[in-house]
Amino acid sequence: MLNLTDVHVSYGTTPILHDIDITVDSEEIVGIMGKNGVGKTTLIKAVMGLLEVDTGTITFDGDDVTSTGADVRARRGMGYIPQGRDVFPELTVEENLRMGETIHAADNSLQYEAVYDYFPILTERRTQTAGTLSGGQQQLLAIGRALIGNPKLLVLDEPSEGVQPSIVQDITRDLQRVNEELETTIIFVEQNLHVVQHLAERCYAIDKGMIVDELGSDRLDSREAVTEYLAV
Amino acid sequence: MNGYELLNVTFQFLESFAFIVLATVGLAVIFGMMGIINLAHGEFILVGAYATTLSAHQGLPLPVAMLVGVVATTIFGIVLERTIIRRLYGRLLDSMVATFGISLVLVQLTRILFGNSIDQVSTPFGAISYGSYSYSLYRVLLAGAAIATLLVLYILFTRTAFGIRARATIQDEETARSMGVDTDRMYMSTFAIGSALAGLTGALYAPARASPTPEFGSEFLVDAFVAVVVGGPSVLVGTPLAGGFLGLIEAFFTFQWTQFIGTVAMLVAAIVMIRLLPDGFSGLVESVRTSWRESE
Repeated sequence: MLNLTDVHVSYGTTPILHDIDITVDSEEIVGIMGKNGVGKTTLIKAVMGLLEVDTGTITFDGDDVTSTGADVRARRGMGYIPQGRDVFPELTVEENLRMGETIHAADNSLQYEAVYDYFPILTERRTQTAGTLSGGQQQLLAIGRALIGNPKLLVLDEPSEGVQPSIVQDITRDLQRVNEELETTIIFVEQNLHVVQHLAERCYAIDKGMIVDELGSDRLDSREAVTEYLAV
Repeated sequence: MNGYELLNVTFQFLESFAFIVLATVGLAVIFGMMGIINLAHGEFILVGAYATTLSAHQGLPLPVAMLVGVVATTIFGIVLERTIIRRLYGRLLDSMVATFGISLVLVQLTRILFGNSIDQVSTPFGAISYGSYSYSLYRVLLAGAAIATLLVLYILFTRTAFGIRARATIQDEETARSMGVDTDRMYMSTFAIGSALAGLTGALYAPARASPTPEFGSEFLVDAFVAVVVGGPSVLVGTPLAGGFLGLIEAFFTFQWTQFIGTVAMLVAAIVMIRLLPDGFSGLVESVRTSWRESE
């Protein structure tokens, strides 16, 4: 579904990511974990096309998308949930969800029913402006918005950031349901132990802009193995 | 004040309201939605007025000539956006200097191409007479055009997918792009709409004012910028409220004294409003909404 091969990314003249090789198979849930400032958000933005790569290739669903913009990648089926939620604060909940309709343009099946089923609070708050929702509700809205267009791949940047622990558990469960019921492939970056251990089927560890380890489900069950790469 | 005088001041108000709203909408869309202060806004109106007038002189019926004026200004705006303006997004001062330069060039170019003035198109519909007064029916009907323009803008920006995407792009361009929105095209479309609105203003006022001159557009600039500041950043909320408020002040003082006093009163009112409401009417409405939500 998604392949990054020998990807290098810089901010101006400062290199951030080096030799990144990542593979995500169809319907898989893959995590990328690491401490603050190791390049997680840079990596997810490069995946999404919000940052250009210096060298290397990114293929998505069999096509080379290395030089395509974020809008084209979204229309091809990438649904993005940015760090800090980034809902459109002056649009209503319903208008925010409508923004997701452009994602995966080739697929006409909009997932309003599923989204309102996963996140019933969004039904109640349909006409409320998104900026007035709580942090957790905004995160649900950001996930719902990305799901509306029925994306092939969901790309999440720290879904637990700024969200209270009980809501984090709900979000983890909801994302597992999405993966199982809608068959959506998921890639996420995270430094929250609970999310990494309970959501990822496989996880890459990133440090100083490089992939330094890959953990399968057996090692993900071990708290020690995971916390080695997190600021816990 | 007798009935005729009341009717007269009402017509005066409708004319002022229409002038302020129509002078402002194009500028407000480009500023409010894109953050570009278009100092060539008056010359966009000029393009609309000249294209309308010259088309009418070629024998086209006035409504068709007006359509030509709007289309010509829209195309002109798109060409300018693609060649110059798009390089200046996020650079407020640079864009002001560039659009001021464009304004100077256009005024002089118009003078070179068409001379100091061109023949006016006659004002349609004649006049309404009442008591010892009479008023141009066309100028009164312009208020209807202003309200229709605001309604179309309201529907476009709140009820259509395009409008939702345009507002989302203004709020957070990167996230809008990651939702599949071609933000580059969105900026171009929004600039084209602002240009079309300026062209519409030029087209509507071509038959309503004296013979068009290269300075035709500058007659609209003061009202447009004052209304944008008094209205605040929201086109849909600020423009009609600013048009209504400033139009009322101008109409009342013009009726009581002279047109000059009316204009001075409007400017004084604008200064007071800026002091009292630094975010304009939009800011006031937003703060009322916020406190209403909090009280809920």
